[in-house]
Amino acid sequence: MANLLKQRNVIAVLILFAIVFPFITNNNYLIHIMTLAFIWIIAVYGLNLLAGYTGYLSLAHAGFFAIGAYSLALLTTKAQMNYWLAFVLALIITSVLGLLIGLISLRTKEHFFAIYTLCVGYIIYLVIDKWDSLTGGVRGLIGIPSPGNIGPIEFNTPVSNYYLVLFFLLFTILVVYRIVHSLSGRTYIAIRNSEDLAQTIGINTTRNKLVVFVISTFFAGLAGALYASFIRFIGPDIGYITITFDLLTYLIVGGIGTLSGPVIGTILLVWVSQQLQFLQDYRMMIFGPILTLLVIFYPRGISGGFIDFRAKRKEKKQNQSNLNQNQQMISAQETSAASNKNG
Amino acid sequence: MFLETKNLTKKFGGNTAVNNVDFTIEQGKINAIIGPNGAGKSTFFNLVSGFHPPTSGQVIFKGKDITHLPSNKIAELGVARTFQTTNLFDQATVLDNVIVGHRLRTKSNLLDAILRTKRLKQEEKQCRDKAIEVLEFVGLTDVAYKLAGSLSQEEKKRVAFALGLATSPEIIFLDEPAAGVNPDETEGLAELMEKMVRNGITVCLIEHKMSMIMKLADKIMVLSYGEKIAEGTPEEIQNNEAVIKAYLGGSAIA
Ligand SMILES: Nc1ncnc2c1ncn2[C@@H]1O[C@H](COP(=O)(O)OP(=O)(O)OP(=O)(O)O)[C@@H](O)[C@H]1O
Ligand SMILES: [Mg+2]
Repeated sequence: MANLLKQRNVIAVLILFAIVFPFITNNNYLIHIMTLAFIWIIAVYGLNLLAGYTGYLSLAHAGFFAIGAYSLALLTTKAQMNYWLAFVLALIITSVLGLLIGLISLRTKEHFFAIYTLCVGYIIYLVIDKWDSLTGGVRGLIGIPSPGNIGPIEFNTPVSNYYLVLFFLLFTILVVYRIVHSLSGRTYIAIRNSEDLAQTIGINTTRNKLVVFVISTFFAGLAGALYASFIRFIGPDIGYITITFDLLTYLIVGGIGTLSGPVIGTILLVWVSQQLQFLQDYRMMIFGPILTLLVIFYPRGISGGFIDFRAKRKEKKQNQSNLNQNQQMISAQETSAASNKNG
Repeated sequence: MFLETKNLTKKFGGNTAVNNVDFTIEQGKINAIIGPNGAGKSTFFNLVSGFHPPTSGQVIFKGKDITHLPSNKIAELGVARTFQTTNLFDQATVLDNVIVGHRLRTKSNLLDAILRTKRLKQEEKQCRDKAIEVLEFVGLTDVAYKLAGSLSQEEKKRVAFALGLATSPEIIFLDEPAAGVNPDETEGLAELMEKMVRNGITVCLIEHKMSMIMKLADKIMVLSYGEKIAEGTPEEIQNNEAVIKAYLGGSAIA
């Protein structure tokens, strides 16, 4: 119980910090970077549900991110649709495409699934890149509007955008938290652990996997739509494979299959790569080895490493207390036996 | 007839793993399947539990043809099974491993999860209660909060039983439940199977430990090269010519 309260406190402090962050820095550039990081985190949560909790590594994630972004951009610029209507439609379009692609790609498993979705992701990229008349091809789309007003609230300053994205991030975290801590979450974890076993205890693995796939594309689409109206310019490279690998790197460093992993990994890496900007692409010479070492020694990332450490310590404590209890019981029995004898 | 197979056959390419097997499992009894390595015992389980589709033949459970049902549907009907190799989720506690076993009896979906509905909370409690109940049944209450990875081989077998029992089955198929377990512990597992039967769960097991089978089973089927070569009570099996031959002069039957 004390532990839970502590965890709650930590979360409360973090949320409070996120809320006051713009006032602390007052630096539009930092607010911009943080907003972008939040957008990535939303996408990483989607990837985490699928790859981390259900065990299906989709490499088409950036593709769905791009579908969300392009849907919003096209609906607001070419179709001149109301922003929030376009926003909702963008999420629906991404999820429906996710459903169709999921239906096909989930016929494969393990590394075949990863390779298959890698190809799917590349095809999405190619379609966006080559369909000049619709997507503007390599030139991309410009003039995407900022999020529309909600009542009196406008979203045309960095700070207001920051809060909007923060709102969606907290929404994402809440939804993912609740899913993971429910019977559905247990179902997904059972599938990750052993699909065969899951099936024999009566789990409809096909349907559950499809549901997770769709949710994961939903979050990718949400992140993409937010990205489009935040940056207000998009090109096909947002659907390129490097984005998928960035997201995956954030997830692995933070901790795949953990709830805090996406936040930790993304913020840490976005921040570190900002600091190492002067190194340009040579950054990878630092990231590469660190990532390799991490995967070898902490396969569940920073967060997973911490959780394992805590679980071990807790178990040790429990064993200790069990031992004490047993000893007490034995001595109690001895005394009662002794008193019986006396009596 | 509780559960029966008719002309059940499974071919893997040119290899006939199960060949025309007719077998009836008696309700409320301990049924055993024995046979040399590669005889097709596990494959037989896979066919009955819907894990592999048979090449031909039928599986009938309580009068219903379940031959072409997917394994999760068969589990819903009350057929549980364990695997030859126990694959638990080592990083989770024993209790967490078992809770999901009752999932098939619940209805809450993703929306319930996101909205944290009453139904979800109720069903979560239901699953947890069931897990605690079956862990007590198999005698693992003490280790419920330990990580599954830290358990002994025998305890892991018991967790696998518990997971199967959490599905509220009418019949449970156990694939080599006592493999890799010492004689004392084997005794304990045998008692556990008898306890299952006393509680109204029919047991069907595959086992290589003959002394255990001969004491435990009410009915035995012997498979060899995919074919049923004998069926009967332990005494009948022990005196059966074909069985003795299949086991190389019967040295394995002690
Ligand atoms: N999925 C599969 N694909 C191809 N061949 C298989 C498959 N499963 C089993 N077999 C083959 O079917 C035959 C029977 O195997 P099975 O596992 O049923 O034997 P078993 O009686 O359980 O043996 P053991 O006592 O060693 O567990 C073997 O020849 C095996 O190689
Ligand atoms: Mg076998």
